[in-house]
Amino acid sequence: MSRTLMSGNEAVARGAWEAGVVVGVGYPGTPSTEVLENLVGYEGVNCQWAPNEKVAAEVAAGVSVAGARVLVTMKHVGLNVAADPLFTQAYAGVGGGLVYLVADDPSMHSSQNEQDTRNYAAAAKVPILEPSDSAEALEFVKRAFEISEHYDVPVIVRTTTRISHSKSMVEVGEREERDIPEYHKDAGRFVMMPANARVRRVDLARRLNELETCVESCPENRVEMRGTELGVITSGVAYQYVREALPDVSVLKLGMTFPFPEALVGEFAAKVERLAVVEELDPYLMLRVKALGIEVMETGLPQIGEYSPGLVAAAFGAPEPELREPITDLPPRPPLMCPGCPHRGVFYALHRLKAVVTGDIGCYTLGALPPLQAVDTCICMGASMGMAHGMELIGSAEKPVVAVIGDSTFAHSGLTGLLNMVYNGSKGTVMILDNRTTAMTGHQGNPVSGVTLAGDPAPAVDLEALVRAMGVSSVRMVNPHDPGEVYHVLKEEVAAEHLSVIVAKAPCALLVREKADPFAVDEDACVKCGRCINLGCPAISKDPQTSRAVIDATICVGCGLCVKVCKSDAIVPSGAACDIGGRWS
Amino acid sequence: MSDVTTVLLAGVGGQGTILAGDVLAKVAVAAGHDVKLSEVHGMAQRGGSVDTVVRFGPQVFSSVVDPGTVDHLIAFEIIEAARKLAFVKPSGRLVVNSRNIQPLPVLTGTLSPPVGLIAALDYERAVFLDAEELACEAGSPRSANIVLMGAASVGLPFDEEAWREVISARVPPKTVDANLKAFELGRNACEGGACEA
Repeated sequence: MSRTLMSGNEAVARGAWEAGVVVGVGYPGTPSTEVLENLVGYEGVNCQWAPNEKVAAEVAAGVSVAGARVLVTMKHVGLNVAADPLFTQAYAGVGGGLVYLVADDPSMHSSQNEQDTRNYAAAAKVPILEPSDSAEALEFVKRAFEISEHYDVPVIVRTTTRISHSKSMVEVGEREERDIPEYHKDAGRFVMMPANARVRRVDLARRLNELETCVESCPENRVEMRGTELGVITSGVAYQYVREALPDVSVLKLGMTFPFPEALVGEFAAKVERLAVVEELDPYLMLRVKALGIEVMETGLPQIGEYSPGLVAAAFGAPEPELREPITDLPPRPPLMCPGCPHRGVFYALHRLKAVVTGDIGCYTLGALPPLQAVDTCICMGASMGMAHGMELIGSAEKPVVAVIGDSTFAHSGLTGLLNMVYNGSKGTVMILDNRTTAMTGHQGNPVSGVTLAGDPAPAVDLEALVRAMGVSSVRMVNPHDPGEVYHVLKEEVAAEHLSVIVAKAPCALLVREKADPFAVDEDACVKCGRCINLGCPAISKDPQTSRAVIDATICVGCGLCVKVCKSDAIVPSGAACDIGGRWS
Repeated sequence: MSDVTTVLLAGVGGQGTILAGDVLAKVAVAAGHDVKLSEVHGMAQRGGSVDTVVRFGPQVFSSVVDPGTVDHLIAFEIIEAARKLAFVKPSGRLVVNSRNIQPLPVLTGTLSPPVGLIAALDYERAVFLDAEELACEAGSPRSANIVLMGAASVGLPFDEEAWREVISARVPPKTVDANLKAFELGRNACEGGACEA
């Protein structure tokens, strides 16, 4: 045993490895991504990115049925995609232990919603564990495998951003090597046709019944008695905020929150004068406590966004700390496309086209922000093409609709959207922004880029051939660093009476190691038109005095996009030495 | 929780706050403390505001912090220093990189650059240093984050040798010398009380 500092994601990977996991599979999604990126570094585990979470869960189901322990990872919205296999896997049960690591994102640091995965556990009728720090993340993952095999059910381990991305001390142990039993066909359990499913539905009720006994006495659910005046029921990272803000109160710390430990809650409630519930997001625990007829104190704590110790302290009447006078009216600093980003030229062309753009999930969602503001919609992974088709059914010919989707997202859930456009006679236009990686989550390989999680080469999908094979006759390739070319091809294709796919292929700027020489503005030639500034490149600014463009040579990567949009040839190669001036004022 | 020390590293995506926070956390672990570190990855990393919290002491519960609770603010950029000011205790310490990265709405001329921030932070007893200049002097412009940790180290209860060991183990092997030099230059800039609030 040794103690070390680990993030929650690192601890989940370590726990899975110690539990003898043989396969790890998932789809990248903040804040879950680093689990598999760490697990792949351990001996004896085959780790893979799947094209999406549903496929990942199905691969995991196969590993489990074949008798081995398997971890499947995703962010909260990924479970929407994987919900189909999960709900029925609960009926079928498991062979080897099957654990879902699902990372929620309260406050939506890097997500489109903040759904609470505990509701899924209750709906799918599978146990859920909620670690409150890295040490518990490691321990709970190991326990989850035991529970999965003992009770014959998949188990969800739910983290949140502050668990996944916070580091704290963990005790690491050794790996438990496990023999994989010989496969025996068991159609009654694993062929979920109605006659079998009806039997397994009843069996799931039996298994849940046993789990209901387990949660009343399992070590994950514990009472910490201090004073009797106030008791708090809490779970996950909220436990840490309660301990910090209210060090003297008694706490019922719930580590396994489905099934819900009704008797334990009742006993705890009877020991304290007032009872409160502190949990992030939905009133999952609160509603279940109230359903027992137990009176719960109103704290006014929100059901939106993440908590903090100060928020919890204030809800229980603690005085505000003394504060410095804040400095107000500061300009916001939104995230932005990197210098040299290949998406920028595409959104410049779409902006110029005045197209309605149905967007998708990835770095290119940033095309919705000023100055280009070239994206109209972004709902979920793969939605761009379905939504473009829907808008086409209602829209007018004057306002072209263009769907925009990245390479990894296209592989994730874009194929069916495009197939629908082919099938239903769409005359729409689709752009696939192929930057050769899954960029936003930190550059994971995908089936289009042809790199595996382990960093090995894989067959890279030929997007052009794939799209043609699906029945799209017009497939065009464009250089995203040439917005003029992108604009003219787009203009032709939106006017054409057929469905077309335009593939804009250039690697993510962060993958390009060799930077070209930076450019500079020829002050005499600059006519202050603002075209280059409207690209929204962090290397280009408007001089407050002269209104001319200025290029910061320390940030410019020499992509040349601004050279192509400048009408007065005012942007020229710069021989200037790269001193540290420029953006640093 | 007065026996817990809270350090907030504030900067802009890409400035190296995550690595700097990791170094500090490991130094605190080596000194026998309970430690928690919190950071946010993902979309904000693309040039947005980012912050890393490191807390250490006998027992640390929360990894996130509230206004009025930070003992040391290490700001990698002036606007971010100003943005996080209210998080710092009145008795807290501010170490601020005197450089300025304008956000996109300012670069495009949509918003005016903020004025008077240095004066306002100076009034709050901030200590300024030019981390980029010192990083270049150390031999690597990318080591500005370690310069700032050198400056931070003066007010933190850890041996200089512990810092050097962690830095050597944590940065890319080819940059160890430059980063150790960066640490020393940042530390020297603050020694002799220059960085004391």
